[in-house]
Amino acid sequence: MRDQPIIFAGLALFLGLITFPIWYNLARGQSARGPDIRLPGAQLQCVAPTDYMRASHMDLLIQWRDQVVRSNVRQVTAFNGKVFRASLTNTCLAQCHSNKAEFCDRCHNYSGVGTPYCWDCHNEPRTARAGLVPASSKKRSEP
Amino acid sequence: MSTNRRGFISLAGGCALAWAGKAAVEALSEQASPVVQGKRWAMVIDAAKCLREKGCRKCIEACHRTHNVPALAEPRHEVKWIWKESFEHAFTSQAGEYMREELRGSPVLVFCNHCNQPPCVRVCPTQATWKRAEDGIVMMDWHRCIGCRYCVAACPYGSRSFNWLDPRPHVEAINPEYPTRTRGVVEKCTFCEERLERGLPPACVEACPEKALTFGDLRDANSEVRRLLRERYSLRRKPELGTEPEVYYIV
Repeated sequence: MRDQPIIFAGLALFLGLITFPIWYNLARGQSARGPDIRLPGAQLQCVAPTDYMRASHMDLLIQWRDQVVRSNVRQVTAFNGKVFRASLTNTCLAQCHSNKAEFCDRCHNYSGVGTPYCWDCHNEPRTARAGLVPASSKKRSEP
Repeated sequence: MSTNRRGFISLAGGCALAWAGKAAVEALSEQASPVVQGKRWAMVIDAAKCLREKGCRKCIEACHRTHNVPALAEPRHEVKWIWKESFEHAFTSQAGEYMREELRGSPVLVFCNHCNQPPCVRVCPTQATWKRAEDGIVMMDWHRCIGCRYCVAACPYGSRSFNWLDPRPHVEAINPEYPTRTRGVVEKCTFCEERLERGLPPACVEACPEKALTFGDLRDANSEVRRLLRERYSLRRKPELGTEPEVYYIV
């Protein structure tokens, strides 16, 4: 057992490396429980069941986009029969999810999917406020 | 049931004939179906009324504010949906060396003509721009535009602008209800299709203090645009090109 110190040092290093993500998240103050999103009031009803929205909201938005722009169909009938205006900014965000940063962004950041390029053009409601301009857009001034 | 060679071939031939016949009937019935008579939006501009207030830019400001059109001073980067052009540039075939002096340099309000035969639509390789069948608006799908600028080259009216820069920092106050565009996308006037859908007139029409702009449906014989075109002499920009513009100028 001459190599005992080396073996234990190696084991400690190995354990440290393999559990690194845990320490890293603890150090950053993130828990593994999931994103801490702020939901709109409970009395509000979404256009589709929560499970569907969680998994497939992007498909729904693409479908809305195509029907509004290409077919000029602006109304959508939700699963519960309620009719909505198909608009991310003017319906989803304006009527329920008024805080993009605490709803959309928190989950997107948690899942590591970043900010989709929808927001390069589409606006948050009330974000007519100055400072909407994303930092990335200021870099380039010449094509 | 036994099948001989002759029977099998006749049955197969019969089936093939029936299938071909079905396709032919379908194709013919499509042609025979009545053409959907939708609207045909058009604009009539009273040039004299438009000139009444010197230097008025209310329609331009209203449009650009509504649609988040960036204000770029550099002419190479300029983005515009509606603007003023000198008479001889707007009506190239009417202008000449010996033209009426008061017309020379006189400003004419110009924007997308929403042509009946739009050359921009013909050249677009991705169908990012197309003519809407139900109301004749030459639409744009900015999601789909790849920025090839064929349409910019094809449009004889200069109605299309390309975003050389990210437009957002150059929009003074963003109207959150309407998207901005991004760098690398072409844009133009859409006859305020998002307002028409809500039953509102185009922003420029609403903003004009002299009521010089009249918007309406050409297919409706009793509409204001039809009345104006019936009673007054009107011009269209470069009609000789066969694009059939749907913006008329009363002179």
